[in-house]
Amino acid sequence: MTAAKRAHSILFAAVASLSVAGLAVAGAAWADPSGEQSAFTPPSGAEIPKGGFGEMVALGRDIFTDTSKHAGAFVGNDLNCSNCHLDKGRLAGAAPLWAAYVAYPAFRKKNQRVNTFEERLQGCFRYSMNGKAPPLGDTTLIALQAYAYWLAKGAPTGVDMNGRGYPAPKKPERLDLARGGEIYAQKCALCHGADGAGLKAADGSVAFPPLWGPRSYNWGAGMSVITNAAGFIKANMPLGLGGTLSDEDAWNVAAFVDSHERPQDPRFEGSVAETRKAHHDNPLDLYGTEIGGVTLGENSPPSGPQPK
Amino acid sequence: MIASKVWLFFAMSAITSVTGRPAVAAEAGSVIATQGNGRGAVACKACHGEAGAGIPAVGFPRLAGMSKEYIVRQLDAFADGGRAHTMMSPVAKALSPDERAAVAAYFEAARAPATPGLAPVDEATLARGAVLARDGAWSKGLPACGQCHGPDGGGIAPAFPPLAGQSEKYLKAQLDAWRQGKRTGDPLQLMTVVASKLDDAEVAAVAAYYARLPPEAKGEER
Repeated sequence: MTAAKRAHSILFAAVASLSVAGLAVAGAAWADPSGEQSAFTPPSGAEIPKGGFGEMVALGRDIFTDTSKHAGAFVGNDLNCSNCHLDKGRLAGAAPLWAAYVAYPAFRKKNQRVNTFEERLQGCFRYSMNGKAPPLGDTTLIALQAYAYWLAKGAPTGVDMNGRGYPAPKKPERLDLARGGEIYAQKCALCHGADGAGLKAADGSVAFPPLWGPRSYNWGAGMSVITNAAGFIKANMPLGLGGTLSDEDAWNVAAFVDSHERPQDPRFEGSVAETRKAHHDNPLDLYGTEIGGVTLGENSPPSGPQPK
Repeated sequence: MIASKVWLFFAMSAITSVTGRPAVAAEAGSVIATQGNGRGAVACKACHGEAGAGIPAVGFPRLAGMSKEYIVRQLDAFADGGRAHTMMSPVAKALSPDERAAVAAYFEAARAPATPGLAPVDEATLARGAVLARDGAWSKGLPACGQCHGPDGGGIAPAFPPLAGQSEKYLKAQLDAWRQGKRTGDPLQLMTVVASKLDDAEVAAVAAYYARLPPEAKGEER
């Protein structure tokens, strides 16, 4: 049995979840289906100061909400930062910027070293935005960093803040892709389309982001790991109805979304199996596993911005 | 594979049935809109205007640029009692499913300029409406209206109708109906939940804001 097939069978067999234990604390700390924010409140948009610093903060906010328009050179898909970090990066339970800002510098398993916040932002562009990393010191990174710093006004450092990231709901023993597909059709397709490609407004702007396919996040993005998608979905989806899906449904629909093909992992060097072994060795990551007779990653569109 | 072939078959059938006689369908919609169907459905234009501008002052809604799917869904709801209205229920019942589709296509394609003569509103109300429309009120879990109804309220077809230039009185009445449980049947109960988070002042503000935006809905072009 190959590693990939083994991972697949583990995923769909009844096994105790390995990732739940570590995340259960965060899940318990964020259990507010009403959408009410946690104790920390970032400053309101009206409080952005005048002057050079305030201008950079405002640029960061604009990059955050209309990323292609303001940082198009580094974007290779139809997403905006604010698609996954709701309320312009302010909302607890939707990976708020203020909680992320005070969590860096931090050691990351993803690249086995201590990363600055700026380097973390580079990762967002390379993976989630399927683009390319702005060079350190680029205005795009300075602006986003200024915006995050400003949002974190008064937040403590050295504390894992309540509302950080996407707190994982309780994982069911078994994930069910077919059930996930049913939930998707009932609750998600209205906005994201039956084909996962999202919907555009009449003016051509992306109204509802694509969840898979060539214009979505790539296989290196955190959201391509089911754990992260389940946490985001449980707390925030459907938009305005966060917390209404059962934990089990949130996991199943997350697995369904992340069982579709998307742009290649930028770290791919020619072998899906090797890429899986090096970067996706996790039963809750379907890259390199076989779904419906096709190995995910084998037919991925190329990573990074593509010529139109 | 089988499923996709079945889907393709239906898709092809749909294309054939629409493109086979588009002129007839458009003509039928136009006739119903301007003359009625002679079997109990009065001309739509009496209340909604020939170009679908509505009569904002009395709360008859603008239909121009609304998606065909949305209009058909409302007509079906008026006909089967899912949505109640003393004038629209009998009209919808008198329309056959084909006639509903034809008249919906007519108003989807219709374009009407903004209705002039709206009463002035104080700046603070408009500003409050703008914040709800563009940013929402996430401290109570309320997304921006524009996230589903499109930037500047142009609508996101097929499910989310345009709000820009819509009758202020109509918008207010609908939000109140959602809040009071008098209008239901919304997909995923999205509007029921969203409206329940608005207070009276917010309903007034958001209705005032959207009523004063220029209607520019062009329909969805995916």
